[in-house]
Amino acid sequence: MSEQLAPQQAPLVAPADRSMWATLRARPLFWICSVALAILAAIAILPGPIAGMFGQPDPRACDLSQSALEPGGAHVFGTDLQGCDIFANVIYGTQTSLFIGLLTTILCLAIAMVLGTIAGYYGGFADRVVARLTDVFLGFPFLLGAIVVLNGLGTRSAVTVSLVIAFFSWPTLARLVRSSVRTVRSTEYVQAAQAMGLRDRRILLDHVIPNSLGPVLAIATTMVGSVIVAESTLTFLGVGLRAPSISWGLQLSTAQSYFQSEPHLLVFPSIFLTVTVLSLITLGDILRDALDPKGRS
Amino acid sequence: MTTPVLSVRDLAIDFSVGGERVPAVHAVDFDLHAGEVLAIVGESGSGKSVTSLAVLGLLPDNATVTGRILVDGTNVVGASERDFAAIRGRKVSMIFQDPSNALDPVFTVGYQIIEMLKRHGQGMSGAERRARAVELLRMVELPDPEDRLGYYPHQLSGGQAQRVMIAMALACDPEVLIADEPTTALDVTVQREILDVLRRLQARTNAAILLITHDMGVVADLADRVVVMRAGRIEETADVRSIFTAPRAEYTRALLAAVPRIGTGDRGTAALAEERPVLEVEGLVVEYRNRRGRHVRAVDGVSLHIRAGEMLALVGESGSGKSTIGKSVLGLAPVAEGRVVVVGVDLRRASRSEARAVKKRIGVVFQNPTAALDPRRTIGQSIGEPLRVHLGLRGTELAGRVSGLLEAVELPSAWSSRYPHELSGGQRQRVAIARAVALDPLLLIADEPTSALDVSVQATVLDLLRRLQQQFRFACLFISHDLAVVDALCDRVVVLHRGGIVEEGERRRVLTAPEHDYTRRLLAAAPVPDPDEQARRRGEPLAG
Repeated sequence: MSEQLAPQQAPLVAPADRSMWATLRARPLFWICSVALAILAAIAILPGPIAGMFGQPDPRACDLSQSALEPGGAHVFGTDLQGCDIFANVIYGTQTSLFIGLLTTILCLAIAMVLGTIAGYYGGFADRVVARLTDVFLGFPFLLGAIVVLNGLGTRSAVTVSLVIAFFSWPTLARLVRSSVRTVRSTEYVQAAQAMGLRDRRILLDHVIPNSLGPVLAIATTMVGSVIVAESTLTFLGVGLRAPSISWGLQLSTAQSYFQSEPHLLVFPSIFLTVTVLSLITLGDILRDALDPKGRS
Repeated sequence: MTTPVLSVRDLAIDFSVGGERVPAVHAVDFDLHAGEVLAIVGESGSGKSVTSLAVLGLLPDNATVTGRILVDGTNVVGASERDFAAIRGRKVSMIFQDPSNALDPVFTVGYQIIEMLKRHGQGMSGAERRARAVELLRMVELPDPEDRLGYYPHQLSGGQAQRVMIAMALACDPEVLIADEPTTALDVTVQREILDVLRRLQARTNAAILLITHDMGVVADLADRVVVMRAGRIEETADVRSIFTAPRAEYTRALLAAVPRIGTGDRGTAALAEERPVLEVEGLVVEYRNRRGRHVRAVDGVSLHIRAGEMLALVGESGSGKSTIGKSVLGLAPVAEGRVVVVGVDLRRASRSEARAVKKRIGVVFQNPTAALDPRRTIGQSIGEPLRVHLGLRGTELAGRVSGLLEAVELPSAWSSRYPHELSGGQRQRVAIARAVALDPLLLIADEPTSALDVSVQATVLDLLRRLQQQFRFACLFISHDLAVVDALCDRVVVLHRGGIVEEGERRRVLTAPEHDYTRRLLAAAPVPDPDEQARRRGEPLAG
């Protein structure tokens, strides 16, 4: 019997170019997000020259007599209450904020991937240990924990703040990884790989992790924004970065009490934060689609 | 003849997908009269379910319906949500394929039926509704209907849940009952009970039934008239006897020829070398732990063996432990007691590297070809995986072997760069088979390899398996619930019931002269594609 009864659903000629790069290249949003992130990266690396382009290269050159000026003139984004140039501050804050946001997320992702995958794939005892561990961390109030730990630390830098935020934020991500891995583990292609006698390491790297990464990446990209805000909360409470440091979070937390009288204090750092987070989220979505063969055209 | 209760005229349904219009159904005409069972038969993609959903206005928003659908004389094409609400449940109601998902698990059965009555049957008092619910459950022949009202869906078996669904569908005395594959998710003996319930109900209520199915046996059992659909068009409409005895359309003939039947076409039993069996299972006990920590025996003391070149069928209904036995050979099930010996190596005692060496020689094909292939890898990568890992093949040598395997399963070798979602179900199953035979296995475990496939595709996949088995001479453990498929393929049959073996023997003997009651019951329950034979069988009660 021939297969003529079943309609041939698949096209007879494979589409010409279906590589990941070809799919990415064809999407305008990919370019928009990449350019936005590239500009932010350039700002982070070279804050001085870029701030200097608008005539205010020093964020710490403040003049109290120029307090809370509206945008315009010498100060493109206006000045804050201390009379410091907001543009220079936003530009200089990029480095710290991006650094904390990305480092924390990468740390969380690393811990969550390892523990979540072990818990989800092996189950049993490992699963129970990881589950209790995440329960403990989730049950602990983040602010209280962070305050205690940061007060205990002698020096506080962007790295230590990152480490502390990551220390308290990985459990949600780990749970997500675990449930995602569990779904993939029970699929027949993983069973087939196990039946084939493949080693666990290979099954995990080739089949389980790539197929469980989608939802995790989506959450991880949104995490960058919340981490940047979390840093501002800590700094506002006096346990985050020390006063001469400049970050978007710091500017946001000082600006929030003057929002009604001086909205421009809040607006400009917020725009930068939003652009960063939106670009990362969109890029994450596009990457996820491109990694999935079904999403490629 | 009276005016039809449901009349479909020149129905066309298009879906707009990504700006393109994809026709799903074209020029469909049929009438359904009171007291009649009309079966719409077709394979997946034939448009049979889409047609039935259009009657109830349940199509997604991207569907465009043209033509006329007259429910009791009123055209419902283009009707508003409000108009449909008046039709659904009261004039036309529907039962779906999977009863376990169709009931809400947090409410009792009685609550859900009474809810339905509250919504549709205005003017009934609480006591009347309850009485009506009991009456409905009695109509679908559920034992102890008063008590069952307080049951939660998880306390019911699949067949009982489907009866509750039928009771709910009948709650407001609809004129038309649409049954979309009502027994596909059920075991054959349960299927037979549900079909009996449907037939008796129909005789009692005089409701018209629109039966959507792919199973020619079910058609022969229940239908009065048949519409055969293919690729969105009607191929043939005729009464049930002429469909089976004198099909006019070429497609109907091919479809009927593809249906496997027990006892057709004799074939020789393979001559077997008297050597050590490839697979020996002795006193196998598999226990799973349930949520409360109690042990549940899935397999209880099963012993069997397969010799090289032999195909052994493991037959049973869901919960019989047949798949678990297959999994314990693959090391995927918790074996509590017993021995699983493959080519002389006891898998439970062997070291990890010994076990891995043995596993290289075991191929496996699962039921659902969509789930069995990693969606992120091309089919070439999937087929090549065992070759790459176990033989260390790379580059052109690997590509050569992969294209050889693709050709062995009758797929173009150029397809190796495609992804699974670009293939049809049958083609995917071929890929899974190619992967299973990649390392020239001594033992192939096939767990329901054709039950997710259309009947015509099933026939070609069975052909392929038979040919490959003759070519490679592997021993095969073929797990199936379908006795006709087993008859077409296997040499010996082992019948399982509740984790134990009830009967074992040569295929012909077991299928034509079964010794055990349970085997007889299985054989009698499977509907055959012959209306006269089904009518005769209906007269006999199920043994046991």
